[in-house]
Amino acid sequence: MLAEFLQFLFSGITVGAIYALVALGFSIIYNASHVINFAQGEFVMIGGMATVFMMAGGLPLPAAMLVAVAIAVCAGLALERFAVGQSRGASVVTLIIITIGASIFLRGLASVVWDRNFHTLPSFSGDEPIRLAGATLTPQSLWVLGVTLVVAVLLFWFFTRTLMGKAMLATAHNRLAAQLVGINTRFVLMLSFGLAAALGAIGGILITPIAPTYFEGGVMLGLKGFSAAIVGGLGHGLGAIVGGLIVGIAEAMGAGYISSAYKDAFAFVLILLVLFFMPSGLFGVRGTERV
Amino acid sequence: MTMKISRRGLALGVAAAAVLGFASAGAKAETIKVGSFLAVTGPAAFLGDPEKKTLELYVEKINKDGGILGKQVELIVYDVQHVADKARTAAKRLIEQDKVDFIIGGSTTGTTMAVVPLVEKAEIPFISLGGASVIVQPVKKWVFKTPHTDRMAVEKVYTDMKKEGISKVGLIAGSGGFDKSCLKNAKDLAGPHGMDIVASETYGKGDTDMTPQLTKIKSANPQGVLFCGFGAPAVTVTKNYRQLGIAAPLYHNHGSGSKKFVQGAGKAAEGVRLPAAALLVADQLPGADPQRQPALDYQAAYRERYGEDISTFGGHALDALMLMKAAMEKAGTTDKAKVRAELETTKNFIGVDGIFNMTTEDHMGLDLASFKMVEVRNGDWKFLY
Repeated sequence: MLAEFLQFLFSGITVGAIYALVALGFSIIYNASHVINFAQGEFVMIGGMATVFMMAGGLPLPAAMLVAVAIAVCAGLALERFAVGQSRGASVVTLIIITIGASIFLRGLASVVWDRNFHTLPSFSGDEPIRLAGATLTPQSLWVLGVTLVVAVLLFWFFTRTLMGKAMLATAHNRLAAQLVGINTRFVLMLSFGLAAALGAIGGILITPIAPTYFEGGVMLGLKGFSAAIVGGLGHGLGAIVGGLIVGIAEAMGAGYISSAYKDAFAFVLILLVLFFMPSGLFGVRGTERV
Repeated sequence: MTMKISRRGLALGVAAAAVLGFASAGAKAETIKVGSFLAVTGPAAFLGDPEKKTLELYVEKINKDGGILGKQVELIVYDVQHVADKARTAAKRLIEQDKVDFIIGGSTTGTTMAVVPLVEKAEIPFISLGGASVIVQPVKKWVFKTPHTDRMAVEKVYTDMKKEGISKVGLIAGSGGFDKSCLKNAKDLAGPHGMDIVASETYGKGDTDMTPQLTKIKSANPQGVLFCGFGAPAVTVTKNYRQLGIAAPLYHNHGSGSKKFVQGAGKAAEGVRLPAAALLVADQLPGADPQRQPALDYQAAYRERYGEDISTFGGHALDALMLMKAAMEKAGTTDKAKVRAELETTKNFIGVDGIFNMTTEDHMGLDLASFKMVEVRNGDWKFLY
């Protein structure tokens, strides 16, 4: 009984950590621009696919990962520079539709530049499962959790201890005021897209040894990450992480104890419940600091 | 890529229109027109791409050898992706504008079923490349198909399980059309084959971790587990299965019969059993097996032309084309009703998918012997029987 529970929990937090990385990306861009970037899932896909193809091109895994993150960041910056940034002054809804268009474009591009097959990466440190009280955990899951934790700590440090991070927070609070005190809000917007793309790509690289990626592989991860961001409170850093874990664990427990046929529904039911009782998410109390 | 192909499609369309114009101008067109609509691009491109290449390669070969009944064969292919509406439009064009003598196509069950009413009304013989049994059950007068059905795959797996002394089965399936159809067949056929289904779980589109479902299956203590699905989830399920250390043998359906699966799942794939077309293990078949030579010939021809490995999907297109050729030659004419009648009485036709024996009740004509049981060993397919 305990073994089963642990197994569901391990599954939930591993997947939840990936959702958290995607959710952080949503939140960062939302803070800088109030845009919900529906191309976030595509950054995840680009991270995984680019690593696969860089490795196929002869690069060792660590170098391939760095290049893949760089490619995703370029895609993120290009999205801001050539699509979202071009439409400044347009309504938020227009900008959101632009990101949906961008996501379709990126998927198409990936299917042409790379291919339509699914691809996988070798696990970073072997496939021998670790046994724990009757349940098993792959070493790759530990990588996912560890890297997510490090990323979360780095982000926290960035937003509270560096001038640039504080400038981003200030822009999130009040764009006009930030501009008046000399913050380059345009640069903040660029940075937010680059950062979000990097987070997505990291998630994509971490998950590919567990679940193969393909050109449409980012769609569902993007949606789940979005759910996580909503549950935690859009625009709230800690909320994104907690939201991701909640969605991941709810899915795993739901599939394990209730019915696997409705696995995807649990995430979306959770959103409805949260929005019903706490319209701005678990952490998104209006007027508090948003990351 | 899409642009290129649609342009080529356009060019074909223009060429076809030109031929039509020519024909109506009084000259007699001395070609046999074969129309095809396939998923050349889009998510089902792994089906349509080898099918199109195979048709082009073999139409060329047939023409070089003097054509059919002394007439050259003209192939018209439209890319309809995995979209039922596009398939309908393409079929209409093939029937009304291109006035084809025969239709081969529908890479998927969905696109095939969308076209069936049109073909039945226009009374044109049609061989589908779609998988599901619904295409030929109930029998439709003008509709035939070459791929094995998902039902046969399940039957083959159950037969092997019985051999291994397995009677308690766990099922895990995705939520797509193919997955659901496979799952339904697995449940329907369990009783007649003496199987007891102890657990049945599903996963969603885009799921990245199936350990919760497999944990549930594990706790039900099945003696064997059947996976109903294909593509990326096949890899994830297999890896998760090994991670949990489930001892019962894992069976896949024929959808996993691609090298992509073996490469993706790596060590986890070792020991997975599945039913597959003979093409997959052609060089391992015993010399007396009638499918050995046609399969090896196809493999060699395809590799020489395209420099890539064959897939079982291209083989379905090859069989469809050759069945058509045989039927026309036996009928001695391209008269649609006569060709259809000959197609329906096809006997002992040795194709790469197996030996076809069509009847008025069976418009596919393959039996279980045409499916081979294979196991993954050392990163390759091992022919069992």
